[in-house]
Amino acid sequence: MTQIQLPSYREQSPEVRARFERLKQRPVILEVQNLGKNFESRQGTVTALRDINLTVHRREFVCVIGPSGCGKSTLIRMLAGLETQSSGQVLLDGQPVSGPGPDRGMVFQGYTLFPWLTVKQNVMFGLQVSGRSGMPEPTALQWIDLVGLSKFADAYPHQLSGGMKQRVAIARALANQPRILLMDEPFGALDAQTRCRMQSYLLDIWKNIDVTILFITHDLDEAIFLADRILVLKAHPGEVQELIEVPVPHPRSTQQFLSPEFLATKARLEELIHPPQTETVGLSEDHLNMVRMVAVDDVVPDVY
Amino acid sequence: MSAQSWFAVRKELSPRRRMFLGILSFVIPLAIWCLVSYVPFIWHPMVEVSDPGSVSYFTQGMLLEQEVFEREAEAARQKGEAVPVGTSANPIYLPAPHQVAKAMYTAFTTEPKRRDEKWLHESLGNSIYVIAMGFLISSLFGVPLGILAGTYDVFSRLNEPFVEFFRYLPAPAFGALAVAVLGINEAPKIAIIVIGTFFQQVLVIANTTRKLDPSLLEAAMTLGAKRMSLLFRVVIPGIIVDLYKDQRILLGWAWTYLIVAEMIGASSGITWFITQQARYKNFENVYAAIFMIGVLGLTTDLLLAWIGRRIFPWQRSLAH
Repeated sequence: MTQIQLPSYREQSPEVRARFERLKQRPVILEVQNLGKNFESRQGTVTALRDINLTVHRREFVCVIGPSGCGKSTLIRMLAGLETQSSGQVLLDGQPVSGPGPDRGMVFQGYTLFPWLTVKQNVMFGLQVSGRSGMPEPTALQWIDLVGLSKFADAYPHQLSGGMKQRVAIARALANQPRILLMDEPFGALDAQTRCRMQSYLLDIWKNIDVTILFITHDLDEAIFLADRILVLKAHPGEVQELIEVPVPHPRSTQQFLSPEFLATKARLEELIHPPQTETVGLSEDHLNMVRMVAVDDVVPDVY
Repeated sequence: MSAQSWFAVRKELSPRRRMFLGILSFVIPLAIWCLVSYVPFIWHPMVEVSDPGSVSYFTQGMLLEQEVFEREAEAARQKGEAVPVGTSANPIYLPAPHQVAKAMYTAFTTEPKRRDEKWLHESLGNSIYVIAMGFLISSLFGVPLGILAGTYDVFSRLNEPFVEFFRYLPAPAFGALAVAVLGINEAPKIAIIVIGTFFQQVLVIANTTRKLDPSLLEAAMTLGAKRMSLLFRVVIPGIIVDLYKDQRILLGWAWTYLIVAEMIGASSGITWFITQQARYKNFENVYAAIFMIGVLGLTTDLLLAWIGRRIFPWQRSLAH
């Protein structure tokens, strides 16, 4: 394959640069300062995350990406308050975060809808437990309408498809009007077509309402398609490798998947996440096993 | 017919076949019973005397072992006296289906022979009352305690070691104690059912509570749910379907403790009825009573399952 000449992922068109300038003018909503997490195991202390620093502006869309085991999920769970950090702190609107709360909505990879509640009741859940909204029902119906599930307001989760369930989960989190929406690989369990549609849905929602999104994924295309900026982590220990400003202009569309900016960013992410293997002990063994499995006198020869 | 195999591994059969097999599961044992009862040469180890002939101790309707009958008949024949006549029969403890079926009816219509005996429906009613009270009292404490132990480690550590110990103490062992404390009427019987059910109940329900998907709790917390709302809006509705299933199973266990419970204090109830009838060798009544317990248990369970489907409309997602 011949190498296509791509522009640098750092090259930004004037419009994109101006957009980032405007973005940075916006108030800071989330600040992560020297955040670290250690786990105690029998072998001793394992550092899952070390020195994570990140500033997120209002209405920004930030993706976090990294190889498996880099602590992406741990990071977002600490932001949600579901896990306690070992060092550093998280500030939301300047206030340190301790414990989970309705100001940080979360969408999980497993659908986590309450199976005993209908779609409407699921969306009303947050409004009812916090007792903030005077009229939970009309509010909930509005959010259900926003994700296009009005017809299913009285259905139970088990009657919905995976994509629909995740739309309900998004509506449920947004109904609380959180300051930030945390999404932990929300489309990871969906098939490719549904995932693609959900990404467009999410961008639509994000454009239309005042919400900041922090989105974890391991899918490079997904990260580039969605994000303003991508936080790239590396594993063992989990540290920030690079914070990339995505040069792909807005509004995003699926046609951009093959644009030079998109491919340049993807090439860079590939480099960071799947670095060229120098030490291939494990890998070469895999290959050897593969060879052994193929019958020597195979009737149909391989086509090169 | 050939499209679907009857023996496909872990594949559900068509509804018609399942229904058919369900009926067959009752028909087969019944058929075996009929076969043994009505076909003379299959078992029938006894002889029922229809004409005593010259044998002095034979009476009409007497049941004898085949061997004894043959010996006496042979002796009579050699002496040239009247030979006894009999038909082969099954032992008294195996009545034929029609006899039991009749007993099921007559048990309700014939007055008890002795004054201290109870009508069958009185005995049954008494048993149902004991079970219901015992199970209710046990659940009143066992269910909340189980949920608390499954939700909060504090309650789990505080209760479960003792409960774990106590459940190995056999409930019957408390019979004499229960009578001494609670007198001889219904109270000690109810106490035995409670002791037999309660400790299992706490452990089973605590376990069920622990099986709740923790991500549901996490999701609820990120939506702003705190302590009480977590317990009442997530934990309890989240386990209610399984809790209901547990209760159905535990109710079945409560029935097994009934046998013990009814033997202590003033004897009463269905198992007492069975013991009495067995003592007087009215085995068709014994079988009738046993079947009635079975039918009662099965219909209660089916009824509860039906109610469960009604009140938990979301449970199809949690089926099996």
